Amino acid sequence: MKIYYKLLIILFLFSFSASPKLEIKILNFDQFKSYLHKDDGQVYVINFWATWCKPCVEELPAFEKLNAEYRQNGVKVILVSLDEIELVETKLKSFISKKGLKSEVILLDDPDFNSWINQVNLKWTGAIPATLVYKGKNSSFHEGSLDYKQLLKMVKSKL
Amino acid sequence: MKTLILSIFLLAIFSNVQSQGYSIGDRAEDFKLLNIDGNHVSMSDYPEAKGIIVIFTCNHCPYAKKYEQRIIDLDKKYKSQGYPVIAINPNDPKVVAADSYDKMKERAREKGFTFPYLFDAKQKVYPVYGAKKTPHVYLLKKSGNDFHVAYIGAIDNNYSDADKVTEKYLENAIEALQENKNPDPAVTKAIGCSIKTRKK
Repeated sequence: MKIYYKLLIILFLFSFSASPKLEIKILNFDQFKSYLHKDDGQVYVINFWATWCKPCVEELPAFEKLNAEYRQNGVKVILVSLDEIELVETKLKSFISKKGLKSEVILLDDPDFNSWINQVNLKWTGAIPATLVYKGKNSSFHEGSLDYKQLLKMVKSKL
Repeated sequence: MKTLILSIFLLAIFSNVQSQGYSIGDRAEDFKLLNIDGNHVSMSDYPEAKGIIVIFTCNHCPYAKKYEQRIIDLDKKYKSQGYPVIAINPNDPKVVAADSYDKMKERAREKGFTFPYLFDAKQKVYPVYGAKKTPHVYLLKKSGNDFHVAYIGAIDNNYSDADKVTEKYLENAIEALQENKNPDPAVTKAIGCSIKTRKK
């Protein structure tokens, strides 16, 4: 019986070390800014969202599909979460595992919104979801929900 | 033909302006919306006001919740100085059940709202203002019988922690009006929850 317990404990520990630990970059706007100005020939798709935002969560599958289908073709999807920093461990990480999100997630922790919203795009009123697609200097911005077709159209005009 | 093209062109410009809502200096149209106490409220119910703090807000949005106490405090501080708060919920409860009229009553009671909390049930008022999210503030200044838009945007620069606020945009704007100055900045931006409408 004891051996079973030991085995169980070993298995338990092993399963922990085997599953990769989910790491999320936590950045303020100054640290994040460079993600808006990459010029490496890739198309960057930057989506602003939060776990509690219903229309944001509803459009995530479109971004995941884009990431799966176009990652090899020079498209980089970055999901920029605006969740509160206190909820990273309890909510954001479990959300990402539960949904099995494969795109890169960054937490943008900078509540001084007025200082940076216009630096993302002058047209942005601040409502989420919002999406910026760019390649070098060629960029387009959309405030509000996107379906896969609309998202693909934004991306394809830059490929 | 030329006139037709011209009129289509003008119509396009006009409708575009309409959909963008108010800019600083625009005259704000009056509205008549149902309050949580069962009565209707209009701006004309405030003949003594020097201005009105119109805030589009709602029950469900985490940003809106973070500002509830600050909105109560603003109303308590500035109502007696002639600048009362009028809060308006612009969301369609068919999209977000937590923003229904009954839930508005509940939330106002729980939090002890000191100001009217109106329901834009037909979603006709928020597009006239050009509100895009909750919370979204329009500070109006009375001149003659009219109200004009003096400030648009955020309440302050830290939704998450009131103690860490370094810029009280709205309070500064009210105080500018009290000194007969134009608010500076007159427009600020904040992240907010998109206003919820049914997909057309």
